Amino acid sequence: MRPRRAYPVTRNAAALASSAAWLIAAACSHSGSPPSTTAAAPAPTPTAAAPTADLTKPPVLGAPKALTLPDVVARALPNGLRLLVVEQHELPLADFVLVVKSGGETDEPGKLGTATLATSLLKEGTTTRNSLQIADQEAFLGVDIFANSGWDATTVQLHTPTAQLDSALSLFADIALHPAFPPAELERLRKSRLTSLLQVKDRAPEIANRAFAAIVFGSAAYGHPLTGDEASTNAIQQADVRRFYDTYFRPNNATLLVVGDVKPDDVERRARALFGGWERGTVPPANYGQPATGKGTTIYLVDKPGAAQSSFRIGGVGVSRTTPDYFPLTVMNTALGGSFTSRLNQNLRETKGYTYGASSGFAMRRTPGPFIASAEVVAAKTDSALIEFMKEVRAIRDTIPRDELEKTKRYLQLQLPGRFETTGGIAGQLAGLVPYDVPLDFYNGYTQGIAAVTQAEAQRVARQYLDPDKLAIVIVGDRKSIEATLKATKVGDVVVVDIAGRPAM
Amino acid sequence: MAQPRETRSVSPDRFRRRLGAPNVPLPVRWLFPFVLIVAPVTVVAQAVPAIAYEKYTLPNGLEVILSEDHSVPLVAVNTWYKVGSGDEVTGRTGFAHLFEHIMFMGSENVPVGKFDQWLEAAGGNNNGSTNADRTNYYEWMPANALPLALWLDADRMGRLLPTMDQAKLDLQRDVVKNERRQSYDNVPYGRAFETILAALYPPTHPYSHSTIGSMTDLSAAALEDVKSFFRTYYAPNNATIAIVGDFQRDSVKRLVQLYFSGIPRGPAIPPRPQVTSQPVPKDTFLVLEDKVQLPRLYYAWRAVKAFHEDDAPLDVAAYVIAGDKNSRLYKRLVYDMQVAQDVSAFNNSQRLDGGFQIVVTPKPGHTPTEMAKLVNEELRKLTTDGITDRELARAQNSTRAQFLDRLASDLGKADQLNFYNYFSGTPDYARQDAARYDKVTVDDVKRVVVSYLGKPRVTLTVVPEGKRDLMVTGVIQ
Repeated sequence: MRPRRAYPVTRNAAALASSAAWLIAAACSHSGSPPSTTAAAPAPTPTAAAPTADLTKPPVLGAPKALTLPDVVARALPNGLRLLVVEQHELPLADFVLVVKSGGETDEPGKLGTATLATSLLKEGTTTRNSLQIADQEAFLGVDIFANSGWDATTVQLHTPTAQLDSALSLFADIALHPAFPPAELERLRKSRLTSLLQVKDRAPEIANRAFAAIVFGSAAYGHPLTGDEASTNAIQQADVRRFYDTYFRPNNATLLVVGDVKPDDVERRARALFGGWERGTVPPANYGQPATGKGTTIYLVDKPGAAQSSFRIGGVGVSRTTPDYFPLTVMNTALGGSFTSRLNQNLRETKGYTYGASSGFAMRRTPGPFIASAEVVAAKTDSALIEFMKEVRAIRDTIPRDELEKTKRYLQLQLPGRFETTGGIAGQLAGLVPYDVPLDFYNGYTQGIAAVTQAEAQRVARQYLDPDKLAIVIVGDRKSIEATLKATKVGDVVVVDIAGRPAM
Repeated sequence: MAQPRETRSVSPDRFRRRLGAPNVPLPVRWLFPFVLIVAPVTVVAQAVPAIAYEKYTLPNGLEVILSEDHSVPLVAVNTWYKVGSGDEVTGRTGFAHLFEHIMFMGSENVPVGKFDQWLEAAGGNNNGSTNADRTNYYEWMPANALPLALWLDADRMGRLLPTMDQAKLDLQRDVVKNERRQSYDNVPYGRAFETILAALYPPTHPYSHSTIGSMTDLSAAALEDVKSFFRTYYAPNNATIAIVGDFQRDSVKRLVQLYFSGIPRGPAIPPRPQVTSQPVPKDTFLVLEDKVQLPRLYYAWRAVKAFHEDDAPLDVAAYVIAGDKNSRLYKRLVYDMQVAQDVSAFNNSQRLDGGFQIVVTPKPGHTPTEMAKLVNEELRKLTTDGITDRELARAQNSTRAQFLDRLASDLGKADQLNFYNYFSGTPDYARQDAARYDKVTVDDVKRVVVSYLGKPRVTLTVVPEGKRDLMVTGVIQ
């Protein structure tokens, strides 16, 4: 029913990290009470008045309330584990999220998919509980524990009613700290993963994602699928998953986020008891490599015979999460493809009817992640849709009219409170900052950061980061019916490739 | 359930109220492909809190439910019209949902495109969804934008038709056809659900077709259908508006009065179809070829409508069969034997009727017929030996956990108030709903497995193209 809040500006593949990273009242002191923080409200819409009785005109709205961001209490354990606590007492619930600042970028050639496999194995056995016992306790307690590995981060998350905190936390800590990586479970997950890889062939959007990453990033980080491929899945040994865990699951490489009906002192006491004995380690930096510089705009066609729609992924290498252009890029992309009324969606869906939705986004990661514009387009309009995509990429490089820019900025500013509504929402926002060492007061300046974006700045970043002559255009669809018309668009050479971006015949 | 989920997901699970709802997306107005979700969450063993609310009815029949929540400066508006795909006439499947799309195309005082633009400029978002029983429309936004959302909703409730035209219909028809392609036709196994519905229910049954509808019927929808559907169903006397969030009730009542009271009551709403719940007359075997690597086996039975006395026991049965790693089918087929890639079971009880399904995907080298045999063995064990106390506790505790999470957001709360209002007449029925699950016994579960899953069923095998020999063709012992 409800779409998740659309916020394509950044994307973090770590399970918990939701797309937008942003927040929050900072309290970086080791302990003590952090300052209560109130971000300035954005400029109100033009005037404020009581509702008018003229029903033919939209009502004039009062000023939005000033936004009060929740306080974050920051502490640290002697072993280096950082602890961030946000009190939220509306419901008797809590989220505990262990964020480890390493993920699939650490996968070694030939062993791609190690990080995700190791993380999946966390719930498949500890030194004192086997897989079925873990699952039994989780269900019996009625709690949820998730372990996911993405790019730049791995998260283990517990969602629990506070009534179950003791038992739930001990299960959670056992999963995070004492995995056994049983060989039989590794073999079972390997078999399951090989079957999943076979089933990827059924889904054009997934084929498009894989081909796009391979073409844009090659052998650099972010170029391989997080779950690896058939050869790498067959190659991974128990020693590999253990090495990932032993190397990166270290308190000095991790943060424990806690949001919910809790008190910081109590959380710290529990954290010390459960995580205090966790040993530091030397964490080597990941080798991110360097993606090849983009070629001239090229259409990479992956054949999916009989496909009713063509999956579009258009883009290239974008920016890192710590880019100084965060705000202008956020505004520019929101206007291009970041909301329902954005240009791509308005054109391809609401004007042309070619698709159920078109969008774009910058996945801002530790090193520059991809910019991707995407849509699932009815096969017969594949060429027409490509022409419209290209038109929009070119057009956004021209001035964004003042009205459109202001609407976009207000949308971004006024949406801010909605991201702090639930414990999961708050945890998600924090989890998006942690892997990149973005200061916790980042979102105190969010409203002002957006406000400061000028037409000239938006235009500058559009021209700097969106080059219509250097785009990778991946289209997965029915080659027989779309190849000729794609060639006729003359947008770029058409190269037929496979799911890994390798030339096919 | 226990499957790792490593790709981006837009599944709307969070607001499903059932244990294991159908693995078929509910048609919604739009999905944003880039949206990442925070991992879904649940909770347990905690009383479901009461929701303070006020409900009243305007003279024109519009029901209003107000619930203040001042925890954050946000508000949600959620309007249910009591019409869904179950009310569609022959030859117009998919129309209720197509109409939902058209409701966003502007109204007398709202030019095309402005519904979305004005809301976004105020920091608001919106969407709508349709199922067999109802259509809902919702906006969520900063609290100060509430008057705008109410005014927009009132304008389309009262004055949709003056600016309605063929172009609006044609455009959204194309969008909806692409929604069908994206969510059903171009998705592996995407046509299984509607194939089952057509076999499970007789053609006159309101649930015998899918909400998304057929391409042929979508093509046939005419402007006159839009007008007549609006006049028949989109009247204040067929709607309930729930408003939840940071507002003062008195001022919102004045706004509701100002914007909605002038909308005239419509004619009496046609009675919803009457149905009789009964098993399928005899075992039915179907096959569907699809562009898939692996075959998949579906079992479907007729079951009961929502809140029927056997509804909660059937939910628990679904959990015990395939709801967690220790469930009967998951543990045996996926975990121990490793002959299946995935299993699921769900009890899909709706307002008028319901069904129960079990779905199994065999791993490469294994067949649907093998799966059928194993599933039948496990079902037989349930009917002879019943379930354990621990199995019951896992199901009950996990189910109870879901109730609290639905109240975490204003929008979730508003939709819950509307749901219970429609199904039980009491917006704050969540506690009574939760109590149903606490009362389920091991004997109840055994009884419903015998009485519903022991009856004739629909057996569908989805097979890779050209592999019809994989079809399950008879009752497997």
